[in-house]
Order: sequence, then structure tokens, then C-alpha cells
Amino acid sequence: MVENRPFLTFLTHAFLILGFLMVALPVYVAIVASTHDISTLMSGPVPLLPGSHLIENYSTILTSASAAHGLPNYSHMALNSLIMALAITAGKIAISILSAFAIVYFRFPFRLLAFWIIFVTLMLPVEVRIMPTYKIVADLGMLNSWAGLTVPLIASATATFLFRQFFMTVPDELLEAARVDGAGPMKFFRDILLPLSRTNIGALCVILFIYGWVQYLWPLLVTTDPGYYTLMMGMKRMVTVQDGVIEWQLVMAGSVLAMLPPILVVVFMQRLFIRGLTETEK
Amino acid sequence: MDTKRTTFNNRLLPYLLLAPQLAITLVFFIWPAAQAVKSSFEREDPFGFSTVFVGLTHYRRLFEDPNYLDALWRTAVFAVSVTILSMMLGLAFAAAVDRLARSAKIYTTLLVWPYAVAPVVAGVLWWFLFNTSTGLLPFFLERIGIRWDHDLNGTHAMILIIIAAAWKQISYNFLFFLAGLQSVPQSLIEAAAIDGSGPVRRFFTISLPLLSPTTFFLFIINVNYTMFDTFPIVDATTGGGPAQATTTLVYKVYQDGYVGLNIGSSSAQSVLLMLIVMLLTFVQFRFVERRVQY
Repeated sequence: MVENRPFLTFLTHAFLILGFLMVALPVYVAIVASTHDISTLMSGPVPLLPGSHLIENYSTILTSASAAHGLPNYSHMALNSLIMALAITAGKIAISILSAFAIVYFRFPFRLLAFWIIFVTLMLPVEVRIMPTYKIVADLGMLNSWAGLTVPLIASATATFLFRQFFMTVPDELLEAARVDGAGPMKFFRDILLPLSRTNIGALCVILFIYGWVQYLWPLLVTTDPGYYTLMMGMKRMVTVQDGVIEWQLVMAGSVLAMLPPILVVVFMQRLFIRGLTETEK
Repeated sequence: MDTKRTTFNNRLLPYLLLAPQLAITLVFFIWPAAQAVKSSFEREDPFGFSTVFVGLTHYRRLFEDPNYLDALWRTAVFAVSVTILSMMLGLAFAAAVDRLARSAKIYTTLLVWPYAVAPVVAGVLWWFLFNTSTGLLPFFLERIGIRWDHDLNGTHAMILIIIAAAWKQISYNFLFFLAGLQSVPQSLIEAAAIDGSGPVRRFFTISLPLLSPTTFFLFIINVNYTMFDTFPIVDATTGGGPAQATTTLVYKVYQDGYVGLNIGSSSAQSVLLMLIVMLLTFVQFRFVERRVQY
């Protein structure tokens, strides 16, 4: 701050607090709604203060509620979401770091072609090529399988670019020294490059975990077996009620539980999260 | 494209290292995209036994179809509204946080988490807030004489998805604007302050022009986000309705292809979407490249 203007500073604080309240409103209402019973919710606008059914609602959703919608129970879906997010994270990082290593540290025919093939994936989000990708996964017999859920989402140009950019900043002397010492490429990769990339890998993990956790359209298409349902699909099933009332108190309890893991990751890994975000997207 | 001064000499290894990524890319990206292009020029008989080459028929039909043109227009309205709304709020928050050096970290934490909320959850939360029988907002809107009903009123449904989509994106824009503001040279700000210009004026004459590359970058990213990543918001809340009022281009591809099994038309729509993403990506890269050369 260049000069001291207490009134403007006060206004700035007030604006930010107001902004936070506005941004947090839907989540606050969800938490409050998840502590009431359905008759309270149906009898007018949502109360602004928490009710007394917190434990009842959360234990219902965790144990029995989902069965009514043909869903597996909630912890099963949470486990599926977790497996999917972790598999996508690990898979993306593994294949991107290897291909970035190949592109930066080797000279070989078709190197440019390989680079462009990877680059093109930036332009083809799954939403755009839904039908043909679905068909291929079906032809390969990968519907209703972990492979079908995760592998098509694993190729990632952004992660490859991030590693490539980082490798370019690693001093050449390290490689020369390693070669003088007689280290082969894989030894150099494992003992020097990998440890140097620790922060980048960490930052990417945070971003990719969230990416995997919030996936919606793809699991919706490739899984019809409730055993593979993820939390995000469960959300949709719970609000699609043909006749009768939506059990809002359970939907809101479910939303709160589905939001919790990625929000905690962002809040506690903030430094890595911001680094990953600003570096992958730029 | 550059490599290292010294490289490893190995014939087979680089191909082995690239193999997993290339295999996945070819099987799940390039091949399906090529299939989409191919089937956008073909018609399949109802039993799937034979296909006929029909040229640009699917494309011509799309541009004669009022439903498609409506979806195109609606997507543009949706994308631009969400982008402007979330960018303005993101910038306002970033400017405020940038002023408060001491408590910046706390406010950043308070504002950054909506990024982690899944689009489908964001959709459901706002849907609940706007719910006609139980929601909080219709209750207040009623008092100022607005009868809220997104199940019947297309404009209301559109406003609902715009708010849900923008809400989720504020934190992203906020982070990038904050990073941009923090890299504005302090000496410029100080010089202007000595010349007697106040904080508001400094923001509009110094910071904002220096933010224009960030703003442009965010504009492209946001349009991209609204066009493609908002599928869950639409699907879980309005389902494209009422009367197609919230059917965006991506939602229509899904509806016509997966639900309606109209492969040819759905493929043609996919191809048009790919062209849009390519254009956006191209613009973004041209611009990033230019900025690197500064």
C-alpha cells in the first residue's frame, strides 16, 4: 500500500467480507438444509439456522438412503470417486512425465510429429467427441470397468507441457555431469530429474485430483452397473425423482459430503494448488 | 521446437517412453475425432447395416434447423454472460485483496474454494436456492413482485444456470487477476501516487491496462469453460428445458447422439464444436506466444 487511507481500507475489508458471504451463501444453505427434516423444508423457505436432524440425516445418507434410488450406498460411491480421481492423477502424471522426458532429452525421427499428436488433445475435450469415444470404449469391451472409466481421461497435453517447460529450465550441466559419471538415461531420470520435479508433481496432483473427482459426463456414459457409480452420478440420481418429493435434506447432506474432500485439498494445499493452476494453464 | 544442447543417444528408448501417451491419444482422441468427421458425412440405415455418403447434408440441415440456430445463439449468450459476470467479480475481489497486503492470504483462502466444487454440485446447490417451493431466493423475489419459476420460464432457467456457472468460476478468475495485479511494478504505482492520483484512479489508469493480457487470456479460458465444462450444471438442473431454453451446444450433441441416437447430426455438431475449440485454442496460443516474446 502506497499511502494510508483507513476509510478505504475499511471499505475494502467490508467489500471482501460481503463478497465471501455471497460466495458462501449456497454452501451455508446446503449445510443448514442438511440438518432439518423434510417436513420443515417443504413447509416454506429454508430456515436460516441449523435444525436438530444432523446426525439422523448424515447417518441415513451414509447407510441406507441411496438404495431407494437404485444406488449403492454412499460410502461405496465415495470410494469409487476416490479410486477414479487417484487413478486419473497417477496415470496422467506417469505418462506425461515420461513423454516430456522423451521429447526434451532425446533427438529421434518423428519427434515433432509425436509432439503435435499430443498437442492436439488440448483441442478435443471429451464433451466434444462423446459419441465416437463412447463407441470405441464399447467396442473394446471397456464399458463398466475401471479402465473404461479412467484411461480415456488420462492423456493430457497440459501436464506434458508443464513437465516439458520445467525440464527445459534444468541446467544442461546436470546431464553432462551425469553422463561423465556414466549414468544411463533411466538412471538420470530416476535419480536427478524425478527428485527435482517433486514440487511440480505435487502441484499437478492437487489439480488433477480435483479434475478426477468432479468428472460427470464420462462416468455417466460408460457405467450402467451401480457398482461403479461415483458420487457425482449419485447426486444426479437423487434429484431425478419421477414422482413424489425430492428428499432435499438428504440431497444436501450428500452435496456437503461430495464437496468436502476437494475443498479440503484446495484449502490445505493452497500453495501447491495455485502453483499448479497458474503453471498448467498458462 | 527446442531440445537440450546435449541429449541421450538411444534409438528405441524414446519411443518406449512416448508409447503409453501416444497409444491413449491415438485410440481415445485422434481416432474418435476422425470417426466423428467421417460419420458427419454419412447416413446410417436404421439397423446399422449400411452407410451412405451424404456429403454436407447434415451440416446444411443443421444450419436450416431453427433449434440448432437457437442453441447456437443461447450458447453465445450463456458463455458471454457467465464470462463477464465471473470476470468482473473475480477482478473486483482481486483488486480488493491486492490492496490488503497483510490479510491477503486469509481472504484468498476464503474466496478460492468454489473452484473445487463439482459443477453438478454447484448446479444442485443453486437449484435448491431457487427452488420454487422450498428455495430461499424465490421467497425474497416474491416480495419485490417477481414470481420465480424456472420450470416454466425459459429466461429464469437461463439465469439459474448462468449464476451457477459463474459462481464456480469466480475463484479461478480471482486467482489469475490477483497474480496479475501483484506483478504490476510497485514503482509505477508509487510514481503515480507522488503525482497525486488516488487509488481508484491508479487502478483504472495503471493496473487495468497492464492486466489486459491476463484479461484476454481469461476471456478465452472462460468461454471455453462455459461451452464445454458446464454440461453437468445443465444436465442436473434444467435438463436443457423448459422447451429447450437452456439447451447449449454441448448438451444438444449429447441429446441428439446419446439419447436420440441421431448419429450423423450429432457427429456434424461435434465437428462444429471441435472447430470452435480449435479456434479458441489457436487464438490463446498465438497470444501466449506473443506475450512470451515481450
